[in-house]
Amino acid sequence: MLAHIIQTLPQVIVDGLTLGVVYAVVAIGYTMVYGILELINFAHGEIFMSGAFIGTTVLLILSSVGFLSSVPAILAFIIIIVIASIATGFLGMGIERVAYRPLRNAPKLITLITAIGVSFLLQDIVRFIAELKTGNYIVSAPSLFNEKIHLKTSSILPQFGDALFKSSFLVVLIVAIIMLIVLDFFVNRTKWGMAMRAVAQDRETASLMSINVNKVISVTFFVGSALGGATGVLFMVQYGSIDPYIGFILGIKAFTAAVLGGIGNIRGAMVGGLLIGLLEMFAAANLSTITHGAFGAEYKDIFAFAILIAVLIFKPEGLFGKAVVEKV
Amino acid sequence: MGSTHVLELKNVETYYGKIQALKGIDLYVDKGEIVTLIGSNGAGKSTTLKTISGQVKSKNGSIHYNGDDITSLPAHKTSLVGIAHVPEGRRIFPRLSVKENLLIGAFSIKDKKVIESRMKRVFEYFPRLKERLDQKGGTMSGGEQQMLAIGRALMMKPDVLMLDEPSMGLAPIIVEQIFDIIKELNNQGMSILLVEQNAYQALHIADRGYVIQTGQIVLEGVGTELMTNRQIQEAYLA
Ligand SMILES: Nc1ncnc2c1ncn2[C@@H]1O[C@H](COP(=O)(O)OP(=O)(O)OP(=O)(O)O)[C@@H](O)[C@H]1O
Ligand SMILES: [Mg+2]
Repeated sequence: MLAHIIQTLPQVIVDGLTLGVVYAVVAIGYTMVYGILELINFAHGEIFMSGAFIGTTVLLILSSVGFLSSVPAILAFIIIIVIASIATGFLGMGIERVAYRPLRNAPKLITLITAIGVSFLLQDIVRFIAELKTGNYIVSAPSLFNEKIHLKTSSILPQFGDALFKSSFLVVLIVAIIMLIVLDFFVNRTKWGMAMRAVAQDRETASLMSINVNKVISVTFFVGSALGGATGVLFMVQYGSIDPYIGFILGIKAFTAAVLGGIGNIRGAMVGGLLIGLLEMFAAANLSTITHGAFGAEYKDIFAFAILIAVLIFKPEGLFGKAVVEKV
Repeated sequence: MGSTHVLELKNVETYYGKIQALKGIDLYVDKGEIVTLIGSNGAGKSTTLKTISGQVKSKNGSIHYNGDDITSLPAHKTSLVGIAHVPEGRRIFPRLSVKENLLIGAFSIKDKKVIESRMKRVFEYFPRLKERLDQKGGTMSGGEQQMLAIGRALMMKPDVLMLDEPSMGLAPIIVEQIFDIIKELNNQGMSILLVEQNAYQALHIADRGYVIQTGQIVLEGVGTELMTNRQIQEAYLA
């Protein structure tokens, strides 16, 4: 059993990290909005999904005009991801403006239900458009990166197996890590990031500091949604086929990552995402060996939800919950 | 037009839902004055300051700043015209560093040199803050937090400084320091509107004072005169 675990470890790490960074970036969207409004923006998974569809649309348009064959794939990819993130950024900002802001002082439950409503709405709008244009709500995109990469991890340690992956894996991993680093810099080192943290900590007082709180909230939604939309593009690049419901499970797992890291805590969401990604891939590779075939890889999803429940019961503030003494 | 006050409230009424917290406040502050507003718990002192800074909206009446109508200015714009509000309970951003807390006071300023020179000024008043730039605001002592809250407001270089119970919960020696600094700022030309429950000390440094009771001004006068007023002695200086 141990031999199997060690042998699959390199592959688990590669797959787990890639999945983990995807969860991490989406989790940040949940955690940023929660940090500032104490709202669980359930529509965030659908922003991710919309990003995947917008990206696919741009990709299909580029390929139909022959642009794809004339430029390097990476350039096409950059164009797609930039367009999709700007579009989803505005989408998220618009949702806040029309659906959440009028409810700013309403009971939390009402806003929460509104968020769920928005996510159904987005699913159906996307499904409607997809079926109208393609006749099917499942859409496939031409693949951009599909060279096979063979990582000779067995030469490091003979017990290791080799890791195999498509080059798209690398793109996903690198782009997601860049997004995490840039976001961390934005939040902790820039003026608007500081304003965002101030509004999250004390909205009323932030307004006394000549900070336009509504503007900061809009920026927060823009940034979180743009990251979510960009991750949708990564998902599309990785898996090739998308449907209007991909945001649901992925959204819940990313939300779990946010809760695990301590909701409201951005770095916590990053770590939470990585942990869940790694654990899920570990389960997928080893569950059947460990349980002697009683449970197969298809049970991997249970882990994320078991974690969610366990965290909520035993450590609701998460691994890195805000532990700050607030003196009055 | 007669002489304009730096800050003037006329018949200001403020509601929280159906509850009327201010029932027609008339009050003014002249350039270079220290004016204090005293009253017991729930009288409407904080609401008066919040209405001026735009954190809550008045339903009736007007607020003028140097003759300009600022009645419906939102909070984030009031600080831009020159009114800084140090809120009750200090309200330091607990997870921002001391430096960030100060920087956020100068949020509207783009010029780094201006920010730096203002920060230097703040350190002249509160040298303690300089030693603790990287400490999280929430881990500072109560007195340090009050200094930081005032320092943060000074980063706006206001003409009018409004302070809501700066002495709350502080040791007498710290209160004295803070009141000294308020006087010093006033000597530099800053107009001060000071809300206090600590009536004796407030009236002592104030040019004029107002007494507020259940949303209404019930007494006003020169600071030292109010101090000898029977009613006040009974109610607040006992
Ligand atoms: N957010 C609010 N919602 C409803 N009522 C409020 C709110 N804030 C204050 N009030 C009410 O308005 C009245 C005035 O309150 P305010 O805070 O201005 O009093 P205060 O003079 O500052 O008192 P203290 O000395 O205790 O700070 C009180 O009756 C209070 O209960
Ligand atoms: Mg008060």
